Amino acid sequence: MNVLVAVTEAAVPDDEFEINGTEIDEQYLTYELNEWDEYALEEAAGLAEAHDNVEITTVTVGPERAEETIRKGLAKGADRAVRVWDDELAAVDLLAPATKARLLAGVAAQEEPELILAGAQSSDDSFGATGVALAAQLGYEWAAVINQLELDNDRGVATVHRELEGGVEELTEVELPAVATIQTGINEPRYASLRGIRQAQRKPLDVHTPADLGVESVASPLSLSELVEPESESNVSLFEGGAERTAGELAGVLREKGVEA
Amino acid sequence: MSADVLAVAEHRRGDLRDVSLELLTAGRELADETGGDLHAAVISGDVEAFGDRLNREGVDAVHTVAHGEEFNHDVYAQAVTTLIDEFDPAYVLAPNSVNGFDYVPAVADRLSIPLVTDVTDLAVDGSELTATREFHGGKTEGTVEIAGDRAALTIRAGGWPAASGNGDATVEPFEVEIDESAVRSTVTGFEEVGGGDVDITDADVLVSIGRGIREEDNLDLIFDLADAMDATVSASQPIIDNGWLPADHQVGQSGKVVTPEVYIAIGISGAVQHVAGMKGAETIVAINDDPSAPIFDIADYGIVDDLFEVVPALTEEFAG
Ligand SMILES: Cc1cc2nc3c(=O)[nH]c(=O)nc-3n(C[C@H](O)[C@H](O)[C@H](O)COP(=O)(O)OP(=O)(O)OC[C@H]3O[C@@H](n4cnc5c(N)ncnc54)[C@H](O)[C@@H]3O)c2cc1C
Repeated sequence: MNVLVAVTEAAVPDDEFEINGTEIDEQYLTYELNEWDEYALEEAAGLAEAHDNVEITTVTVGPERAEETIRKGLAKGADRAVRVWDDELAAVDLLAPATKARLLAGVAAQEEPELILAGAQSSDDSFGATGVALAAQLGYEWAAVINQLELDNDRGVATVHRELEGGVEELTEVELPAVATIQTGINEPRYASLRGIRQAQRKPLDVHTPADLGVESVASPLSLSELVEPESESNVSLFEGGAERTAGELAGVLREKGVEA
Repeated sequence: MSADVLAVAEHRRGDLRDVSLELLTAGRELADETGGDLHAAVISGDVEAFGDRLNREGVDAVHTVAHGEEFNHDVYAQAVTTLIDEFDPAYVLAPNSVNGFDYVPAVADRLSIPLVTDVTDLAVDGSELTATREFHGGKTEGTVEIAGDRAALTIRAGGWPAASGNGDATVEPFEVEIDESAVRSTVTGFEEVGGGDVDITDADVLVSIGRGIREEDNLDLIFDLADAMDATVSASQPIIDNGWLPADHQVGQSGKVVTPEVYIAIGISGAVQHVAGMKGAETIVAINDDPSAPIFDIADYGIVDDLFEVVPALTEEFAG
């Protein structure tokens, strides 16, 4: 069984940063394996341990820089990786989920996975839409924001729990092939072993352009006209000084509010 | 040309969710800007009763689609696609909810219309729609220009007030021939997330801990503080994900909504899904070493410093 895992790098700004035009200045950004995708990778690795003949391929839309992150996925149990990029993509300032889904669908068409896992969202753009858009592109079934997954290959279904609002989970059965978007907490992501990290260096990582995948235009219907640090509507009173002083002042306020041992 | 708006309501287990009425306000504002009509739709469940509740001031038509009881994404995707085909709205609004995540991208994809999620503000300039939304976990806010004259938009809960007043819309059943062969998912039930022995919704004072605590062993610092203040401990999602505290301690969208007198957020950034669960607290205190953390936007009192310095000092204050 082929399992495809969509892996993205998330841009994480430093505590203090500056915005240039509609982008955060590069020097204030670090790129990390998207938190939700860590769980998606672990879920795939868990399936490979629990079932026979599972092959895990990761797919990433991202520049060469992303290869470090992609190798992390390979170190955690993926067998192969595909990266999609070209100059035209590099010039897009806000990649629409539908465009991303079209590229991922191009890769999925080659891999024919039975199951596709993606993070429920990325921590930077947080559209939360790529996985379901991908399912729609492929004509696959899907389930969004899941925190439990069981495969029943004999019946050709996946049984999932979807994490709804207010501490309620929805229990759902979806037919395979399917896309599942993974919520944090579904498993405990492993640390890559030293052996895994070494092996990852030798695992195949193929690079495709959108054209290779039959995607002619990556023009995005969305563009950013402005990016700002949100104006704080805050009325926060900040206590300043060393910890003893600030803690003392805060304690004073809290006592007034009736907090006491 | 005037552009119509379709707002698709959300309900669960017999209740219309509040965000459905907020959607109507967002929809009315948008329709006012374009000079179009506001249509509301509700799918599955007790659609007649829901339809009447959606008939608020400013709503021009309510369409009820009777099919099954609960949300099913295949049914919703088909029904909404059919509604769009029939009424040809330029803009489709739905809640930015877990169920919104589960069908709106499919509708947008099938109809090839651009999608923007988690929208907090909308503006129309000529025929161009722009949507405001957060990026980078709330550290930045962007204005998204949407090309073309159509869009699907999911709306952040709490971003608009609920629509009020009685409307004079026609509430009419809308027949959708659901292709059952394309319904390949079945909702088999619901489960409440495990109850434990502490009810964080009952507490007057909550000491709430987030990923800033770094390691499970460090939680003792928080328990000591809570003991000294006679408070209850709660947490953000990563702490629950790591298995460091039971699930019923989680504050936020997927966890509990709490309204204590004092909520002390320690090493919590203030992501929207967390804030959804605690913004109703009477007094909010934030301890975080990142001055740009969004939690400070809603806090009443704050300390920008290392929690490993501040928390022991605060414990000392109360342990006396
Ligand atoms: C569908 C969905 C539902 C969700 N539901 C919930 C929910 O119910 N509840 C919830 O909480 N989240 C929920 N989330 C997750 C949410 O998006 C955030 O990822 C999460 O709230 C982040 O938790 P955090 O603030 O503890 O961690 P982070 O965002 O990582 O923040 C950690 C903070 O600690 C600070 N910090 C670090 N070190 C120190 C130090 N030494 N001293 C002081 N401060 C320090 C940092 O500056 C940072 O601000 C949900 C997400 C999705 C997609």
